[in-house]
Amino acid sequence: MATDITAGATVRAGGEPADPAATTNGSWWAHPNIAYGVVGAAAGYALGHWFGNWLANGFQQIQGMGQNDYAVVLGYLGGTIGWLAGIGAVTYPLLKLLGYQATAQHETKRSLRSYFGYTLDHKVVGVQYLAAMLVYFFVGGMFALAIRTELLSPTNHLLPPGKYLEVVGEHGTMMMMMMTSAVIGPFGNFFVPLMIGSRKMAYPRLEALSFWITPAAFVVLLSGVLLGGFPTGWTGYAPLSIEATQGQDSYLVAFGLITISMIIGGFNIIATIINYRAPGMTWTRLPLFVWAMLVTAMLMVLAAPVLAMAGYFSILDRTVQTALFDVNHGGSPYLWQNLFWFFGHPEVYILALPGFGIALELLPVFARKPAFAYRTVVAGMVGVGLLSWFVWQHHLFVSGINPDMRPVVMLTTELISIPTGIVFLGAVGTLWRAKLRLTVPMLFVLGGLFNFLIGGVSGVFLSDVPTDTIAHGSFFVMAHFHYTIMGGYMFFFFGAVYYWVPKMLGRRLNTRLGKVHFWTLFVFFNSTFLPLFAVGELGQPRRVFEYAASLQTLNIWVSISAYLIGLSMLVFIFNFLKSTVIDDPTPIETNPWGSRGLEWMTSTPVSANNFDHIPEVVSGPYDYGTGAGPMATIGAPGAAVPVSAAGQPGEVV
Amino acid sequence: MSDEHAPATPPAAAETASEPTDRQHLLRIGIIWIVLSLIAMPLVYFVWGPHFPPGNGSDQAASQQHDNAVLATIAVPVFLFIWVYLGYALVNWRIRSDTPVSELPDGPPVRGHIGFQTTWLIVTSLTVLSLFVYGTAELVKTSGAGTGSGGAPIWTPAGYSSNLTKSKLLQVQVIGQQWRWTFRYPQYGGVETSQLLLPVGQAVQFNVTSLDVIHSFWAIDLGVKADANPGNNNIAFVTPNRLQLINIRCAELCGIYHGSMATNGQVVSHADFDRWIVTQVVLHARLIPQLPPYEDYYLPQTDGGYYDPGTNPLPPVDTGLAPPSPTPSSGQ
Repeated sequence: MATDITAGATVRAGGEPADPAATTNGSWWAHPNIAYGVVGAAAGYALGHWFGNWLANGFQQIQGMGQNDYAVVLGYLGGTIGWLAGIGAVTYPLLKLLGYQATAQHETKRSLRSYFGYTLDHKVVGVQYLAAMLVYFFVGGMFALAIRTELLSPTNHLLPPGKYLEVVGEHGTMMMMMMTSAVIGPFGNFFVPLMIGSRKMAYPRLEALSFWITPAAFVVLLSGVLLGGFPTGWTGYAPLSIEATQGQDSYLVAFGLITISMIIGGFNIIATIINYRAPGMTWTRLPLFVWAMLVTAMLMVLAAPVLAMAGYFSILDRTVQTALFDVNHGGSPYLWQNLFWFFGHPEVYILALPGFGIALELLPVFARKPAFAYRTVVAGMVGVGLLSWFVWQHHLFVSGINPDMRPVVMLTTELISIPTGIVFLGAVGTLWRAKLRLTVPMLFVLGGLFNFLIGGVSGVFLSDVPTDTIAHGSFFVMAHFHYTIMGGYMFFFFGAVYYWVPKMLGRRLNTRLGKVHFWTLFVFFNSTFLPLFAVGELGQPRRVFEYAASLQTLNIWVSISAYLIGLSMLVFIFNFLKSTVIDDPTPIETNPWGSRGLEWMTSTPVSANNFDHIPEVVSGPYDYGTGAGPMATIGAPGAAVPVSAAGQPGEVV
Repeated sequence: MSDEHAPATPPAAAETASEPTDRQHLLRIGIIWIVLSLIAMPLVYFVWGPHFPPGNGSDQAASQQHDNAVLATIAVPVFLFIWVYLGYALVNWRIRSDTPVSELPDGPPVRGHIGFQTTWLIVTSLTVLSLFVYGTAELVKTSGAGTGSGGAPIWTPAGYSSNLTKSKLLQVQVIGQQWRWTFRYPQYGGVETSQLLLPVGQAVQFNVTSLDVIHSFWAIDLGVKADANPGNNNIAFVTPNRLQLINIRCAELCGIYHGSMATNGQVVSHADFDRWIVTQVVLHARLIPQLPPYEDYYLPQTDGGYYDPGTNPLPPVDTGLAPPSPTPSSGQ
């Protein structure tokens, strides 16, 4: 039992017990670590850059640019490989490939150091994801404040127009690309095994890899600023992307890296949910959050490859001079638009569904009632996932594609309101005659539902071609998706932070500061984005640095509200750091919310094995008030399922 | 936590006894919701609706304004239902958020309600389907609602012909390039201007194209939006119905000066338009022959320009010597 999950994997692979030496703490330099990762990244970048320059000598003269696209792309790829090698991602597969006895790569005992290394413990990966996602989110938020500062005046410019587009592109890409895993990364990886009664993830190495790719993508994306940024925003439309300078390569490579992270992270979640459910964890007992993770992971796995391919096409157009998006040589700019949105619209639901999952998971806990219409709600989430594949062309309503497609896409887009409405059906039913506790997580859930409703209804105006004519490509669209993603997804995300961080870090966030955070964020969020609907309808296109003088008052109002959102986030950062780092660790109850969930039946902090004995699930996660006993029996004398050395029986009912 | 504790907690038990029945709750929520909706819906449709963007500067814009008002009116009861319900739940069904975990009361274990779920699904489905039917009808009725409908539109206004010489619509080619809009009038010798003038009441066919990257032609006050794609023609129909200034912007990110790719247009009387267009033709008489022949779209030739050296009747070296051709002709 001292050997943990990772050792278990080695045991099964090699048929021998893991090398005990591998689990002892050596000196830091004896193991792969972040410092080696940085060195590897620098060396890899230099090597790739040199190779690209050698390969395409004189390319920059042909292009009339100071840099060589080959060198930049290969430098980024080399740097990423160096980073992953230095951090220890390739050691195990390489050793296995060469026929050596591979050993586990990290300590069994969780130490502070394991949070900064390549680890196979899904709890540590979840915490790493949480910290990283918060960093990405706040960096992206700083770009947003820069945008709002520029838009204070229609005529006086703080940023030159090119710099402004850099900031717009960095903000959009940071948020839409890095934040795809804001829920599935921290909470999916940490809680899916706990909620289904598993002792590990199906593919711990892929899980760690999916995380450690994200810092590389983050740095690659940010480094675009050093190369002049990219002028295309997060949508990267060709042919603008083909004529752009080398900053565009950072966008393409970073997006490519994130798609890889999404694909492997998604496969890991899918395999875990299908195969690692504890006995008794039937599909109809599966927590709604886990259902949401499953559908999200399916969308990730299926949508991300399309973008990866489109990005690859774009890189080919930029380097070896193919003409896939160049209309002068037989390509078509519509190809990029179709491929991008074929990924991009499911991606919107990759962002929405985890939020639904959090809302539906938290509502029963704070309403003290069973989840209303469980099966219908699951069908609704799956329906959202399925329909999301048929709606992408509403992004091309005014683009001049075949016009008779538009009623069809109008129909599919509007149909998606039905399964989305089912999520509200679940929420409304669960709140009926509930015993409502307005805790901080619950405030965020209710606030998120309020915002998402506005986002969803404004989406109907965009799905209807006549009303979309005016709204398309304007600030109305921008307000719409900020309502769904920031007002919905990020509110639910913060709800999950307040709800689950006590389990993840063993510390409860300060309630009073949490309420200040919620109310300021809720008020200033609406004060920022509600006027933007009007701004868009009145004629302000997206991504402009100049606008009609008559819209200045509204823009100033929005900018000031945006700064106040920034202040609200400072309250959160202060609260988060104060509660988790500065304050003395006060031992908290293992189940501070009184939830029935399986994840709350583990110890805090969660032990390396999650469960000493595999739990046997005997009732549903939301059976409040039904007289059902605890959801599962764990380690009761004579428990039905003994623990095997391999750690996971894997049988499900 | 479990049922055994619930009856043992006196306050919870007392509350349950005095609580209204399901029917009473439903009735109260329903009445508040219906009364508020009945007040708000006419206000939105009749009072606010006529002021919605994009105004009524053209037949298409007026139709969009009406559609905005219809959708907003339908949205009112949706918003109100959720808001009234959330408010009602928060007022009536709250317990203290710091209730100790061991003393938490449970709500009624309702897992679903077939009648409610079915009603919900039927109502949302019917709403969505009627929105689709209404949206499609409006799209067809207004010949594409002012949107770019591609090079071969299927819903066309009276007088439309794919043959420019037979078309009874005023043809205006909108050419986007980084970062400027220009306008060509093929029925007036293919004259290209930097101003957009349209005669009032005249059905117009915009032929939108681009010379470089994707732009989007947004004539805000006319309710027209059509992407300008290189190598493609994108047609939008509009009938301006009053004298006005038109704000024109680019609505698709097209590079660093996207934000200042704006210009103005004007809807004028027929007489003013005729005077203006003849002036333009005379003014640009020497330049018109230097322009590439009028096409649906223009692709750069091997020399990087937009002429095809093989077919262009007038090679570029003839600049300044070309004969003027002031007579309006139906150019091709």
